[in-house]
Amino acid sequence: MSAPEVIAVEGLTKKYLIRHEQQERHVTLREALAGGLKHVGERLLGRTKDAPARRSREEFWALDHVNFKVYEGQRLGIIGHNGAGKSTLLKILSRITEPTGGRIEIRGRVSSLLEVGTGFHPELTGRENIYLNGTILGMSSREIRRKFDEIVAFAEIEQFLDTPAKRYSSGMYVRLAFAIAAHVDPDILIVDEVLAVGDIQFRQKSLGKMQDLRESGRTLIFVSHDLSMVRQLCSHAIWLKKGKVYCFGESEVVTSDYQNEVLAPETLVPSRDRGAHTSAYFLRRVELRNHHTGQPSSQYVAGDVMEIHLWANARAPVSGYTVEFLLLNERGDRISFGAANPVQNTHFQSHHTHFVCTLGPLPLTSGLYSFSFSVRVWGLERWDSWEHAVSFRITRCDLFGTGHDVPGLVNGDFVMPQTWRGEEL
Amino acid sequence: MVIEAGRVELHYWRDLWRYRQLFYFLAWRDILVRYKQTVIGILWAVIRPMMTIVVFTFIFGRLAKLPSDGVPYPILVGAATLPWQLFATAFAEVGNSLVSNAHLISKVYFPRLIIPASAVAAGLIDFLISMAILVSLMLWYGIVPSWRILALPIFIVVALGAAIGTGLWIAALNVKYRDFRHLIPFLLQVGLFISPIGFSSAIVPERWRPLYSLNPMSGVIDGFRWSVLGVNVGIYWPGVLMSLGLIVLLLVTGVAYFRKTERTFVDVI
Repeated sequence: MSAPEVIAVEGLTKKYLIRHEQQERHVTLREALAGGLKHVGERLLGRTKDAPARRSREEFWALDHVNFKVYEGQRLGIIGHNGAGKSTLLKILSRITEPTGGRIEIRGRVSSLLEVGTGFHPELTGRENIYLNGTILGMSSREIRRKFDEIVAFAEIEQFLDTPAKRYSSGMYVRLAFAIAAHVDPDILIVDEVLAVGDIQFRQKSLGKMQDLRESGRTLIFVSHDLSMVRQLCSHAIWLKKGKVYCFGESEVVTSDYQNEVLAPETLVPSRDRGAHTSAYFLRRVELRNHHTGQPSSQYVAGDVMEIHLWANARAPVSGYTVEFLLLNERGDRISFGAANPVQNTHFQSHHTHFVCTLGPLPLTSGLYSFSFSVRVWGLERWDSWEHAVSFRITRCDLFGTGHDVPGLVNGDFVMPQTWRGEEL
Repeated sequence: MVIEAGRVELHYWRDLWRYRQLFYFLAWRDILVRYKQTVIGILWAVIRPMMTIVVFTFIFGRLAKLPSDGVPYPILVGAATLPWQLFATAFAEVGNSLVSNAHLISKVYFPRLIIPASAVAAGLIDFLISMAILVSLMLWYGIVPSWRILALPIFIVVALGAAIGTGLWIAALNVKYRDFRHLIPFLLQVGLFISPIGFSSAIVPERWRPLYSLNPMSGVIDGFRWSVLGVNVGIYWPGVLMSLGLIVLLLVTGVAYFRKTERTFVDVI
């Protein structure tokens, strides 16, 4: 390996004790004393073996002998389900918490952005918060002074510099926070999904900034659920599963393996229900049906017409609302969009609704696809979104009846109507 | 840099020095935020001790007619209220500092001692401003301090030491047991009456003096009066030394306990 190694993780382990009987995380002194007395009492009576107090504690291995190495200039993505240990790993790497076992060697200045706007104080002005937050992120005051104008320009908050942050809109708040974070200049940068903030325009800008970082040859560790972002930003990826490194390799390979497992054919079912939800409006159930047969199905061939059935519970506003879907391909890229309002100018106003969207003929190449749904008042914030709600497979793509299948992974996502001519010259 | 379980940070104190800028900024933030959105702002730092002086002078001096060692009663009380307020504010701020900065602790690394250390700053600024009361009282009564005034900074440092020592214990315990948060106002309330603030410690019977000196603030307050007022207002040197010893002990054990627990703060906070 030509590049020197900057991070070496060996046998890294982190154990948490989970208490079952308690909902609160904070132990009170009284409980500790009572528990202690109980324990002593049980000892005295020789009943330690199956004391109930013992069973209520369970060991949870957030990280279980994790090993990997990162070389200078490498950009490493970390993916995995919720609870797989991604955040714990980041916390240990950034020295916020201590491992239970194992060892990490790090060479270089590390900066970690586990959150945008850490330490922002609502009473302080934008200017004051830049200094405070910059220092918290490890910048020296000279560095902050030097980059001050750049940060302000990036965040687009020039005229609000002396306004307390509590008067900022949430967009401004997030923009300022990201702008500061983006101007930290470490050897190794550790980032936790901070990009998923702000409006679309600002996200583009943030992504651009991250890509600059890539070109500058800095080492990056990036945790995200957004697989296409991991592919764009990272050269390598680690797939954590139940606290272990399940897969380590080039990001393209690891993410598509991950995507395949998440959308594994065994788990393909045409309908899915969602548990109880707290928001005033929520999508409750989805079902995909074949328009010709009327039957629920998760297997289609290109050219089929699909019906998306959605059930929603709502307290609908007078202005009406709209439902939209995003179609994602096997790699998690968004490939198409549909919505009742901008496409058909339809608003819904009923409270409990069964929506039907007839979609197709599907021009898709064969492979796995999935839908995400959301509900919004047009032009306003989303009320509810349901990521990767349901998946389906295009088993065969032979739109023109030639007997040849067009597989998706190498040929792109869809086929357009086309005619060909050839004239002899 | 190596990260390992239970690893003793070789460079802890050097790290603390490297992060001094964060210390300044956190202190600066606390000072800046303290009186934001108040009408009279920093005047609060003067008004609170002033009210205490007025009330205590009235109750202990006028109603109870306690002896004042030949010093005007308001000055006797003032020279004690100020160090007490310094201690009380710093102690409460330090004690609550970790929990109120939980979001920082769970998202960024830095030597955790910076948080309680910087929490002292706001109290110190309040104290320096409130010194104006004492200065005006002394001008009013025409009291000229002697060379002993030079010892004053020492007693200020000692008062801060007492606040940090006790505060560190409370802060570290508070992370796990939130009971200690409720203990702080209670301790301060009791302390206000058992410390020699409204009265001279000379009224404490001689045989109880050693026991009375177990309150570290009694030594600090005696020392304060001694250095400011220029007369021997009930100073009891063995007591002062005992207070000092106790404060050093609290500081050393407080830092040690804090260091021992700080690496797992995040997991329990």
